[in-house]
Amino acid sequence: MQNNYVIFKIPSLSINESFARSAVAAFCSILNPTIGEINDIKTAVSEAVTNAVIHGYENIVGEIEISCRIKGQVVEIIIEDYGCGIMDVEKAKEPLYTTKPELERSGMGFAVMESYMDEVVVLSEKEVGTKVIMRKKINEK
Amino acid sequence: MNLEFIESGQVLTIGLKGELDHHSADESRVMIDEKISKGKFNKIVIDFKNLDFIDSSGIGFVIGRYKAIRKRNGVIEIINANKKVRKILDMSGIGKIIEIK
Repeated sequence: MQNNYVIFKIPSLSINESFARSAVAAFCSILNPTIGEINDIKTAVSEAVTNAVIHGYENIVGEIEISCRIKGQVVEIIIEDYGCGIMDVEKAKEPLYTTKPELERSGMGFAVMESYMDEVVVLSEKEVGTKVIMRKKINEK
Repeated sequence: MNLEFIESGQVLTIGLKGELDHHSADESRVMIDEKISKGKFNKIVIDFKNLDFIDSSGIGFVIGRYKAIRKRNGVIEIINANKKVRKILDMSGIGKIIEIK
């Protein structure tokens, strides 16, 4: 298959979390994934977009760019915000660690992404933003 | 997400329909906690039968309701968790504090 991709931007409103994960899932359906694989992708995208909404742009509305590329049987999803950045990425990745327990955050976001996708790379710079790159191989049917 | 409340004695069953994420959790928790604070419930049953999606915000949401009913010495239980829902529940270890049926 030719290099295929989709790129879209959304304002960081929580109501768009559902659209973002559904749009990525719909695009990935080209590879004929199982229900389980689609659910993994939807959940991982939801975690990354929610992080951008809550933590990237704390009390403001900014833009989140979502891109999804299909390279052979591999799906590469990039979720990028131009918000405050993560102070300590390694700390943020620790299961159950959250800077916002009062908002009932479980601190499981990155743990879910890492468990549901094959590869997760987090690039973040203070006051510049955060980029989460996730890859998952869809098994050929 | 739509909520359905069924009150039976001191048991409050909450049926969740649709998608439980950060957005819908924020909307729903206010409504549920108001119900808990007004009633005399000692048990909350969360019914996941019609839930199509859940992420880690949903886990935070369940733990939040667990804390709310615990303050009133009550318990919480999850029923009808399908395979998708079960995966994240198992990963979170929530089963150690909440009964999942």
